[in-house]
Amino acid sequence: MRATARLVARADRHGHTVLTELRGESPLLLRQVSAPGGGVTVYVVGGAAGPLAGDDLRLDVEIGPGAVVRVHTVAASIALPGRPGAVSRMLVRATVADRAALYWLPEQLVAAAGCAHVADAQVDVAEGGVLHWRDELICGRHGERPGNAEINTWVDLDGRPLLRQSLAIGPNAPGWAGPAVLAGAPATGSLLIVDPARPAQSAAVCGTRARLPLAGGPATLWSATAPDAHTLREYLEPDTAPDTIAASGEAEERGVVRVG
Amino acid sequence: MTTPTMLLLLADGRFPAGAHAHSAGLEAAVAAGRVTDLDTLGEYLRGRLATGGLVAAAFAAAARGAAWSAGRANALARLDAELDARTASPAQRSVSRRQGRALLRAGRRIWPAVTFDDLPATPDGPHQPLVLGLVGAAAGLDPGQVATVAAHATVTGAASAAVRLLGLDPYQVQALLVRLAGACDATAARAARAAEEPPERLPAAAAPLADIHAEAHVTWEVRLFAS
Repeated sequence: MRATARLVARADRHGHTVLTELRGESPLLLRQVSAPGGGVTVYVVGGAAGPLAGDDLRLDVEIGPGAVVRVHTVAASIALPGRPGAVSRMLVRATVADRAALYWLPEQLVAAAGCAHVADAQVDVAEGGVLHWRDELICGRHGERPGNAEINTWVDLDGRPLLRQSLAIGPNAPGWAGPAVLAGAPATGSLLIVDPARPAQSAAVCGTRARLPLAGGPATLWSATAPDAHTLREYLEPDTAPDTIAASGEAEERGVVRVG
Repeated sequence: MTTPTMLLLLADGRFPAGAHAHSAGLEAAVAAGRVTDLDTLGEYLRGRLATGGLVAAAFAAAARGAAWSAGRANALARLDAELDARTASPAQRSVSRRQGRALLRAGRRIWPAVTFDDLPATPDGPHQPLVLGLVGAAAGLDPGQVATVAAHATVTGAASAAVRLLGLDPYQVQALLVRLAGACDATAARAARAAEEPPERLPAAAAPLADIHAEAHVTWEVRLFAS
């Protein structure tokens, strides 16, 4: 199945966000829901099971100056096998203008047995833009070994590279379950926060989660592995992750929080 | 002109660039109880090769490819920024730049007629793979050979650290390296092919635990290895 969707947001003269374009097609349907505070929340509603290998899905997002949009999905997406040799693809391209904010907080991607899935994200954030971007990957349904899945996250800030990250799991990714990559953890993910107004935070680590200030601008990546999806979400919740890692880091491993 | 001996000299762990002081993240993985024996070491090396090893080899090959180009300073600056974007952990960025400084010191002394001045003037030093690309050029290696040196260093550095950290039988560790030789060559070949792409398209294979291990390791007061 091929599908494209597009979301364009602008701020009106009162500073309220309006969607000037919101269109999609099954299985990539977009629904606006009311949100407090002048921003807009959009849900991606899966119109079919999947993605199935062979699917080619593409979503373009454009957040104009001053607009604020939150994007969620109604449920986890489950990458499933399709015809032999086929790959399912999901491409999200987003631009975030000055003073604009995109909160991209979907549910998990579950890589089912035999799947062949590639998720690509290309995000351009202008100087002064805000981005929260979360990726969560569950390696197989309960008791299942996952197929091949690859999550590619490419983020530029003010035209310069900020984050380039490809996480690959499955039979085609040597050592992915081993001690150098996930050490058998069935859930992994990251939360990127780009926000010039946020005070810079030092690197910190606590158990299997880390807070990593990036080199390319006012941005921090939270990266984690976890025993299950629920724990992973606790680690990668934008409102609480920054504080819990510092608090628990200090409590459990004194001296672990460092400057630099 | 390339000679086989040049390739061996650059790949040799005794090349004076301080490689022996680094365990490629293994010390933290051992301390966390994730690498305990030869089997888990093998899995560690496979994962490391496919992630950080591939990225380092591709960037080294790309820097080697840019070594004689007219826009060399610009190309190296772009590679430096792209490699920063692939290294989320500040501890890993710092280690890469420290190793870059050490290799640059060796390169300048060994090839005094070669200029390394086009490397980005970052305060902490240039990333190690970029310096390796230029040192490789000075030694007459091609991008594929430079990628081989980088991939080889990824596995041999951690393997020799494993002998010290876990007290493993050196013969068995060497046999493991022999078994990994094919994967090492394949990684280098893939890196050299990828290096022909524009810098933003170079591999970015990530390993969450590499970042987590590196950040944990840097906080230790006492450690055997610098990384």
